[in-house]
Amino acid sequence: MIALLIRDLRLAMRAGGGFGLGLAFFLIVSTLVPFGVGPEGDILSRIAPGILWVGALLACLLSLDRIFQLDFEDGSLDLLATSPIPLEGIVAIKALAHWLVTGLPLTLAAPFFGALMQLESPGFSWIFVTLLLGTPALSMIGAFGAALTVGLKRGGLLMSLLVLPLYIPTLIFGAEAATRGMAGFSATTPLLMMAGITAGSIALLPFAASAALRVNLR
Amino acid sequence: MRDLPRHNARLAAENLTVTRGGVPILQGVSFTLNPGEVLILRGPNGSGKTTLLRTLAGLQPPLAGEVQAEPETITYGAHADGLKATLSVEENLRFWASVHGQSDITNAVEGFNLAGLVERPSANLSAGQKRRLGLARLLVTGRPIWLLDEPTVSLDVPSVQLFADAVRAHVAQGGAALIATHIDLGLEAASFDIGPYKADPATASDPAHSDGFDEAFL
Repeated sequence: MIALLIRDLRLAMRAGGGFGLGLAFFLIVSTLVPFGVGPEGDILSRIAPGILWVGALLACLLSLDRIFQLDFEDGSLDLLATSPIPLEGIVAIKALAHWLVTGLPLTLAAPFFGALMQLESPGFSWIFVTLLLGTPALSMIGAFGAALTVGLKRGGLLMSLLVLPLYIPTLIFGAEAATRGMAGFSATTPLLMMAGITAGSIALLPFAASAALRVNLR
Repeated sequence: MRDLPRHNARLAAENLTVTRGGVPILQGVSFTLNPGEVLILRGPNGSGKTTLLRTLAGLQPPLAGEVQAEPETITYGAHADGLKATLSVEENLRFWASVHGQSDITNAVEGFNLAGLVERPSANLSAGQKRRLGLARLLVTGRPIWLLDEPTVSLDVPSVQLFADAVRAHVAQGGAALIATHIDLGLEAASFDIGPYKADPATASDPAHSDGFDEAFL
């Protein structure tokens, strides 16, 4: 399993691997929104947590179809499915690799990109904490969507349509927790809800995704 | 040297009905492959050789009948080699070796004459070299039963010889191989022609599946 994680990370770092794709998209969103909204600092700082969350979510979505599609096309997925690693483990490792390549850099970069949107200082730690808790769920749910659509050519559109509704609870609770925390209110409830979604998807979705993969490999 | 196969390399199919796209394509397939044997699978294009091999490898369930083999004894060599273009020859082999709990790749590198290519990214290999690397993967899996789907495609005559030598060495150690091919490999092997097992869709359906639910939705 470690070998698979190392391979996926190595592939992501090499040319054309997609590392930085999400990050670049996130940077573009956070740079363009202030131009679109205008220079009023108070409006920007009020919408910043929500925009950062939407930006991170879309950046995550951008690289989802790579999770299984490339391995499916070159035949590696067939070979992995017959290897000693259980398919559930393969799904979990691939979601983890996706998170390390997409979710984690987004989380680390969000406070800096927040500065572009006049995010106020208590917001930096809140956006970091909420993304850290929420992005694993985005990767895991995304891996499930990718597993459902793996056999389809240009399955990206269908996958986005399948995955986006599943992302909405994470987005609502994540942005809510960041906004409340920034304003000085208690954010425990949305944080717990989001942590619950993350824990639940990590616990259940590897099984659902591997069942979907088995069907798609037939 | 490579580990001797740890498991019993016996593979048996009993009255197997296999489907492609939900339609039965072969029915009543029965054969036994014993350790130390090579069986050449013959049949015209589209007759179901690949489907049979995928069913035997466990990638798709049979409609009826059963495959008898000890778990984790089978490795499948498909049309696609499962190579990552941005990884070098050595990285590709090391990955598959560690997935299967092996560490020694020298045997595979020498067996398929890849010594001069180990540093090269597999994107820069010729079609025949890629194929050789894909076949070298079989040696690092340490599994006793090889299911091979037209392994000699794009190989030149000396490379076909290398492959035949590798199969001979493998069966001499107690392994077994089922090879779908259209050419003469020069191996002392029995032939298994799947022509007579062509399914009649009207009689091949299994009553347990006759509600059509699974095939319609999965």
